[in-house]
Amino acid sequence: MSVSATTAVIPPGLAIAKALPDLMLPVKVRRGVLGFLRNNPTVAIGGTLLLVLVLIGIFAPYLWTVDPTALAPARRLRAPSADFWFGTDALGRDVYSRVLYGTRVSLTVGLSVALLATFAGLAIGLVSGFVRWADSIVMRVMDGLMSIPPILLAVALMALTRGSVGNVIMAITVAEIPRVSRLVRGVVLSLREQAYVDAAVACGTRTPMIILRHILPNTLAPMLVQATYVCASAMIVESILSFIGAGTPPTIPSWGNIMAEGRALWQVKPYIVFFPAAFLSLTVLAVNLVGDGLRDALDPRMAKSL
Amino acid sequence: MSSYILRRVLVTIPVMAIVALFVFSLLYIAPGDPAAVIAGDQASPADVERIRQSLGLDRPFLVQFGSWIWQILHLDLGTSIFTNLPVASMIAQRIEPTLSLMALTLVLTIIIAVPLGVIAAWKAGSWIDRVIMAFAVSAFSLPVFVVGYILAYVFALELEWFPVQGYTPFTEGFWPWLQNLILPSIALGCVYIALIARVTRASMLEVLQQDYIRTGRAKGLGQPSILFVHALKNAAVPIVTVIGIGVALLIGGAVVTESVFAIPGLGRLTVDAILRRDYPVIQGVVLMFSFLYTLVNLMVDLTYTVIDPRIRY
Repeated sequence: MSVSATTAVIPPGLAIAKALPDLMLPVKVRRGVLGFLRNNPTVAIGGTLLLVLVLIGIFAPYLWTVDPTALAPARRLRAPSADFWFGTDALGRDVYSRVLYGTRVSLTVGLSVALLATFAGLAIGLVSGFVRWADSIVMRVMDGLMSIPPILLAVALMALTRGSVGNVIMAITVAEIPRVSRLVRGVVLSLREQAYVDAAVACGTRTPMIILRHILPNTLAPMLVQATYVCASAMIVESILSFIGAGTPPTIPSWGNIMAEGRALWQVKPYIVFFPAAFLSLTVLAVNLVGDGLRDALDPRMAKSL
Repeated sequence: MSSYILRRVLVTIPVMAIVALFVFSLLYIAPGDPAAVIAGDQASPADVERIRQSLGLDRPFLVQFGSWIWQILHLDLGTSIFTNLPVASMIAQRIEPTLSLMALTLVLTIIIAVPLGVIAAWKAGSWIDRVIMAFAVSAFSLPVFVVGYILAYVFALELEWFPVQGYTPFTEGFWPWLQNLILPSIALGCVYIALIARVTRASMLEVLQQDYIRTGRAKGLGQPSILFVHALKNAAVPIVTVIGIGVALLIGGAVVTESVFAIPGLGRLTVDAILRRDYPVIQGVVLMFSFLYTLVNLMVDLTYTVIDPRIRY
């Protein structure tokens, strides 16, 4: 009976299913920096963009710019042309030169805040993840700090200090530290429960060594990703601070300052605001792309969900 | 239930106290002599001394902090150095446009972002998902004033659909109010929409894999019912959390949005205070917004118990 069923004639209207495609495609292993970049195109795109911007910042004086602070009342508010690529502002300054020099401020602030906030957050997070009595105090303080919106915290700090790039970096760093230390603490608390930490404890490894050897290396991946987001947010906050007059002093051309100066005229001369805005958005996008790409590469589980 | 609410409310008090202490100690944390900085470069020593006294910097720290807290408990936020008006009444005069802007943004954001995230999760991997996520990444990279200027240029200057700048109070009618606020709200909401859409998608993806969703499908529930009733309800906790946390973005962004669209709210007050180095006003605004933010997150925590009755602290 069963034999005849398998050899039965196929009824009309039904067809034999096609062979299924081979789902297990061969995995191509790529190694080295170039291989990593080919596997993670977002990092490659963001990184290239960022590299170009860094080069622009470094070589700003050699990229056909003039003195970004040179006033020339005779040629005020020229539209973009072959002579003035991005036009001139209300004081006759060359917007192209100002925007190119502005790259330096944004990248300096972004990078410095990312580094400082990461190191400070790492230190605070490690301490509160390991020292029980410090944990509740530190975390209550961080809760309080996190209840102050970061931009307002930076505004308040800037109102009490003189405008300078260093003070801007300090103000934004203070505003970013709570988030970073919360993240580190969370990672540390989950790492502490790992079996290899128990094993290290059982072997008699001292706590500083456990932190250094077993905990710290495992916080690096999430910290790297977090640092890119801190960098992106710091650049935005810097431009916002400068835009509302609480950031870098007006004598230094930063993108926020250029936009603040173009603000009164933006309805008639939109290009003064447009060019720094485009550069700022592009830079932040580049950093975010690197961050997203790194997150996907370093934590494949997160990549699927977010 | 009521004991949980009471406990949660009581926990807020120390947080607020730390916020107050921190906002107050900023005067001491800042490097240099704040009185001299606030007085400006052209100030005479007498001016600096006058400001030092009006800020109370000549008294011991704890005495100052005590009297300052006492004042705040009586809703007295000090006096402006520039106008000599009470800061509390200056804030009260300017608060309506800001709260309007934030409320409208919050409503618009939730209406737009949650469905976007749900659709992206439902069509995960498809082109719709990719478009929504690409939007989310770019919206994260666009600072609020950039979006504001682009929107104002396209929809107000070129198309003339909306007024370029200004604000009409709610009492003068809903439509004029809405017309003035719609562009600022979208500009302000952009980052927020991106954030909430991403979290909604992530949370929904997790829920959609669960067994009861398959059961729902098997018993013939329609797709909208599965997505928006059965799945969304269980995906709601992270979404609500991020809505609460994101209010900080709204507060910071509102200051900037108001100066782009010339809305006479707290943002303008802050910007003017920065220019005049009127620290008591800045302090008052920071404190007010921080308390507002703490209260919003308190409410978020309390809604958890409604969304998910299992949550108890």
